[in-house]
Amino acid sequence: MKQFTQLTLIQFKEFYREPAALFWSFLFPILMAWGLGIAFSGQKDTVRNIAVISGHAIQPTALTTLIETRTKLITTHDGASHKHMLVVKNNKLGTTTFNFFSTSWDSAIVLLKRGSISLILDDRKAEPAFHFDPANAEAQLIYLNLKALFSNQSIIEESASIQPLTIKGTRYIDFLVPGLMAMGIMSSCLWGISYSLIEKRSKKLLRRMVATPLKKSYFLAAQFVSRLALTLTETTVLILFAYFYFGMRVQGSIPALVAVLISGNLVFIGIAILISSRTSKTEVGNGLINAVTMPMLVLSGIFFSYYNFPEWTIPIIRLMPLTMFTDSIRSIFTEGAGFYETGPAIGIMTGLGLVSFFIGQRIYKWI
Amino acid sequence: MNTFFQVTSAISVNNIVKSFKDVNAVKGISMEVAEGEFVALLGPNGAGKTTLVEMIEGLQVPDSGEILIMGKSWKIHRPELQRLLGISLQETRFIDKLNIVETLRLFASFFNTPEARIAEILDLVDLESKAKSYVVNLSGGQRQRLALGLALLHNPRILLLDEPTTGLDPAARREIWNILMRLKQEKHTSMILTTHYMEEAEYLCDRIIILNQGNILAQGTLKELVQKNGQGEIIELGFTQPFDHEKLNGHFGITHITPARDGSSLKLGVKSVVESMPLLLDYFATNKVSLAHLGSRQLTLDDLFIAMTGRRLHEDFN
Repeated sequence: MKQFTQLTLIQFKEFYREPAALFWSFLFPILMAWGLGIAFSGQKDTVRNIAVISGHAIQPTALTTLIETRTKLITTHDGASHKHMLVVKNNKLGTTTFNFFSTSWDSAIVLLKRGSISLILDDRKAEPAFHFDPANAEAQLIYLNLKALFSNQSIIEESASIQPLTIKGTRYIDFLVPGLMAMGIMSSCLWGISYSLIEKRSKKLLRRMVATPLKKSYFLAAQFVSRLALTLTETTVLILFAYFYFGMRVQGSIPALVAVLISGNLVFIGIAILISSRTSKTEVGNGLINAVTMPMLVLSGIFFSYYNFPEWTIPIIRLMPLTMFTDSIRSIFTEGAGFYETGPAIGIMTGLGLVSFFIGQRIYKWI
Repeated sequence: MNTFFQVTSAISVNNIVKSFKDVNAVKGISMEVAEGEFVALLGPNGAGKTTLVEMIEGLQVPDSGEILIMGKSWKIHRPELQRLLGISLQETRFIDKLNIVETLRLFASFFNTPEARIAEILDLVDLESKAKSYVVNLSGGQRQRLALGLALLHNPRILLLDEPTTGLDPAARREIWNILMRLKQEKHTSMILTTHYMEEAEYLCDRIIILNQGNILAQGTLKELVQKNGQGEIIELGFTQPFDHEKLNGHFGITHITPARDGSSLKLGVKSVVESMPLLLDYFATNKVSLAHLGSRQLTLDDLFIAMTGRRLHEDFN
């Protein structure tokens, strides 16, 4: 028991004596939640930049007509180039500012490549032409807005028909925080356990320790217990932040949430032990951890729904541990789910965790 | 060697063989270490020292052969043997952000050693003043003393130290030697130490085993080794102008000649410096050969090693 206590204790000491670890585990998820939560919530001012290719046409064009009819249009000259600025106010959608930059075709293309603009308006003829990537949602929106503006409709200023949703659980932050929790736990387990074990092996410390009467099962159990305690603390801190700052609430069963969190830890600790079971090169470890985490970070719907991916990929994505974990936490937070809904995921994650742990432990290279 | 302590063998290695994928690391080595005896395993890199020691430590399993420690084998008596042996591996690095006391306490928990022992160890390896320093901030010598302290935590009867002083400066090396000598005198500990410093083997050990390419090349006390393999003493000469050393061959009691690569100096093996030196100087005077430098010394292990293998023990050694 003394062994186990000491082994667990050193895990905590190693952790809290590393300021970087503290930052990445505690502060980083909060900063992410805060930054993204702010960026995607509430009324905000939108700026839309449009490159305009203007000629010296004698007849009025869409833009020249707009300039004449809109009193709110401000024209500024900045050296060689000049821009027209149109501010459209909407009490529900927020203020949108359209900046029309007059420029040449070539420099417009450069701006497009840099991402400064997403749409080029060719205003040299009576009927304007719009150049944009049809797959770009923002460009599409600008196109629709401009079409409405040019046909002198005031749709974008009307808001009677818009009913903003502010019900808790439907905001972006409600979607995001469960994802950040799952991501934090995965990173913490894989980097915290795999990397540190591989490093201990490369330092020959594992070899030195197993030359003593150390019980290997205690050593691995200490990894599990200390990591679980750390991730539960991390998660609690993030939940508290979201609770007080964004007014987020857990709508489902708290015991089920705890069970989901534990099974999520189990699956990633199991995978971490498996990843770290053979190699003694930290570079290889780096690669392995990235190979496991990167696809899940991209596909598992942490920041946006995985339903954006092609339909045939969805069943595969839903089999990924991080997807299962994120979806379970999310359903408890926002859909009021309990053990009934999350039970299968808890079972699969626990099972997968135990199988990985068992295999990893069997092939573990101590020396 | 004290014959009294040879009654029981602390370590008995019988014809062990170990191969890795493409290397035959140990090719049938047999050796004994008596209780209370300090034995040095000397050899260049790749001689098989570490593989041999790690097999004795139970970290590697020999392909064939038998190892008995106090009459016990790893297969049957692993837990007892772990308590009998105190080990220090080559280049082990401990946890950076743990301090010395915490590191000792961690290892003490593996052996269930009482807390009081930690203070004793700090005293023994002279690390009290650094007790609260993180491992990452220790000097090379302090780290090696910590490694030694960890090896000694549970009062082992046998010490197995793999290159405990490699990379240390002479003062730090001397501190480790003093600790080990004290153990030998006070605790009657047995020890196998690997090294490529012959002066370390000479100073610390009762017996020296020279390994080369997985085999025992020679063993015995320093005196025995010199008597068995050596030609007595060495005269070293440097010349201001090229000199054809063949002229000396077979004269003046010279038994062998080792010219330096650039031809500017010679190492002569002689039976006795006292006899050969005047004859040589006479010869140089009559033949008007002018010397850049001249020296004489006792034969060392390094000379023996070069004579036996044509290689130096330690690449850095000049």
